[in-house]
Amino acid sequence: MLLGRTAQGLYWMNRYVERAENMARLLETGLRMSLTSTAGTDEWGSVLMSAAADSAYKAKHGAYEEEKVVDFILRDPDNASSVMAALDSARNNGRMVRTALTRDTWESLNEAWLATRTMLGRKVERRDLPKVLSGIKRETALFRGAYYNTQLRNEIFDFCQLGTYIERADNTARILDVKYYVLLPSVSWVGSSLDNYQWESILRSVSAHRSYRFVYEAQYRPQNIADFLILNVRMPRSLAFCVRFIEESLAFRAADYGARHACHQTLDAMKAKLAVASVRDIIDVGLHEFLAGIIVDNNKLGAEIAEAYRFA
Amino acid sequence: MKSPGRRRAALVQDNGRLVDKACDAEEVFRRTGITFAVYGDNEAAERLIPFDIVPRILSGREWRRLAQGIEQRVIAINAFLDDIYHRQEILRAGRVPTELIAGNEAFLPEMIGVKPPGGVYTHIVGTDIVRTGENEFLVLEDNARTPSGVSYMLENRETMMQLFPELFHDVKVRPVANYPELLRQSLAAVRPAGAGDAPTVAVLTPGIYNSAYFEHAFLADQMGVQLVEGSDLRVIDGAIAMRTTEGYKRVDVLYRRVDDSFLDPLTFRPDSTLGVPGIMDVYRAGRITIANAPGTGIADDKAIYSYMPDIIEFYTGRKPILGNVPTWRCSEQDSLAYVLEHLNELVVKEVHGSGGYGMLVGPAASKKETKLFRAKLMARPARQLHRATDAGAFHRADPHRKGPGAAPCRSATLRAGVGPRAHRAGRLDPRGAEGGVARRQFLAGWRHQGHLGIGRLKCCSDARPKASTG
Repeated sequence: MLLGRTAQGLYWMNRYVERAENMARLLETGLRMSLTSTAGTDEWGSVLMSAAADSAYKAKHGAYEEEKVVDFILRDPDNASSVMAALDSARNNGRMVRTALTRDTWESLNEAWLATRTMLGRKVERRDLPKVLSGIKRETALFRGAYYNTQLRNEIFDFCQLGTYIERADNTARILDVKYYVLLPSVSWVGSSLDNYQWESILRSVSAHRSYRFVYEAQYRPQNIADFLILNVRMPRSLAFCVRFIEESLAFRAADYGARHACHQTLDAMKAKLAVASVRDIIDVGLHEFLAGIIVDNNKLGAEIAEAYRFA
Repeated sequence: MKSPGRRRAALVQDNGRLVDKACDAEEVFRRTGITFAVYGDNEAAERLIPFDIVPRILSGREWRRLAQGIEQRVIAINAFLDDIYHRQEILRAGRVPTELIAGNEAFLPEMIGVKPPGGVYTHIVGTDIVRTGENEFLVLEDNARTPSGVSYMLENRETMMQLFPELFHDVKVRPVANYPELLRQSLAAVRPAGAGDAPTVAVLTPGIYNSAYFEHAFLADQMGVQLVEGSDLRVIDGAIAMRTTEGYKRVDVLYRRVDDSFLDPLTFRPDSTLGVPGIMDVYRAGRITIANAPGTGIADDKAIYSYMPDIIEFYTGRKPILGNVPTWRCSEQDSLAYVLEHLNELVVKEVHGSGGYGMLVGPAASKKETKLFRAKLMARPARQLHRATDAGAFHRADPHRKGPGAAPCRSATLRAGVGPRAHRAGRLDPRGAEGGVARRQFLAGWRHQGHLGIGRLKCCSDARPKASTG
């Protein structure tokens, strides 16, 4: 038996850890792009858009400036999705559901928070940024390792999984959506070095620039990148992968509790959208429309899960 | 084998190693998040529980005496509460002034005539004790509302066993780890009538921002019960139910760590979001056990404290085994004069303050603090001085505070936690609840004694319970 509030805490704990990690990865990509002179400050705009923090940033700071963007995404308490704010929320949720966590899981979360708080205690200088970003990724990886290796596979685990994969699906869909104009370039850009940087940045922001080459030819092709991040079920940050794990956890809940809810139907609809013969079918209809639809479905799914399991 | 005392001395002498171990202990606490919060201290919303590396050791003989004394005290407290909320014989006998009860916020008229399940008011009591000499103990205060500290004691013991396995090898220390199981059995034993053989127990916490949240989570975890907040509970069909992922499930026993005034916005503070609207009606109907019972604060009120020896005699017919620390009631003019004269030797507390808030520790206070406090005492309007409820109670400072402690040594008071023992011969005893207060399990731990808010006096926990004979 699980309290609705506990399910909520587990779900948001994992969502926020996932978010903190994604933010660090987005910044890493932005930093890399800004070091290649071919990219302008627009890159910071797309980082903020991928982080769903663009309008909040503009309201506070106006024009894009690296220093301000970095601080906004890393430390700004006004940005609820900043790495520090996300880890604060993750830990508060973790404290709330402490009795549902193994000691390893709780301690790794607490340590991730302590370490990050130290790293982000003051403004991060550019020269320290790579170290800080890899530190954040290491801490969240340690948390995930403890959680995967010690938590019993029961309802507690399922609500954690739902949080992780709903957050991740949102993140991957946003990154693709923000960059879709790069994926579908005008003819004159194809093959230019700018393209290669841009495409690589998409893959880097989901830690997939190496594994891409395990699956496809070395040359980046828009269609392959879209296929990789949308349809490849073996790629841990693809939409299909996320949906697979959401489905697994929701199926366990339906079996254990003996009831299906609106969220199960919404998931079926998402699955149907992903059941295409080729990514070409998606691109032909419109990648942006497809991704916008997935983002909306995914939000709805989250709300319906909260409703169904009494934590709305 | 070395005696405990010599062990301790040897330990203290090896200072370098001790400092290392103390750092190790802090690291363990930081990692595991064993913290408490101090309200009004923005700098450190969460602090590590201070840990004293040097154990205070009680011999079996000392502990036996303490156990008897505490048991006697808790029996008296429970009898006092039952009396105060029913026939009020102690008031009629003139042993406790009526105005002390009538004008007291801790007295809940809502509890008059209410019989708690099993007749138990104080399921858990924390009694704070100072040692004034060999086998000489005095009670500093009773905590009969929602006393905390036991989790720190249990965690400290775990840490201590990791850091100093040789101590536990050489000195036979009584184990304490069965506390959560005993607590669970005790709570289950006081289930309301009609709750069935496997009652649902839950710990009610105000939430993660409460100073003792760590403990609430710890106890729920160790007992294997749900940790609920007020928002998880509601009244359904005249019973209390908690909101689970599969709908509402009934709760039979609430080990609550929410203060009386926040328990039910329909009965007490209407602005409370920590409680459960309507829970007092369910309680009065006998369909939920609330531990400790509402209204127990009247027994640990600092004004009542000075009457405790009389209360014990009145209900048990015997002299108190454990005495009070000498106390002066400031409502009496002579006492006030004495107190003002000896302010730097005394601990001054506000009668209605709880824990370490709003008190002066004379020997540890700066001249400025003492001066300010003196002014505060004098400034009270004379008419209020006549009211016992507005007086200040005074304790002599713990003489051990200035003792020859080694550098890392912190002063300490002993908090002994008491809960009714509910099982006999390994199985649940249905009468355990009835006789619950008479048969109990004792646990002890040195802990910080309510001084947490005072910067200069780094009070501390160090948990070396030496054990119980039962």
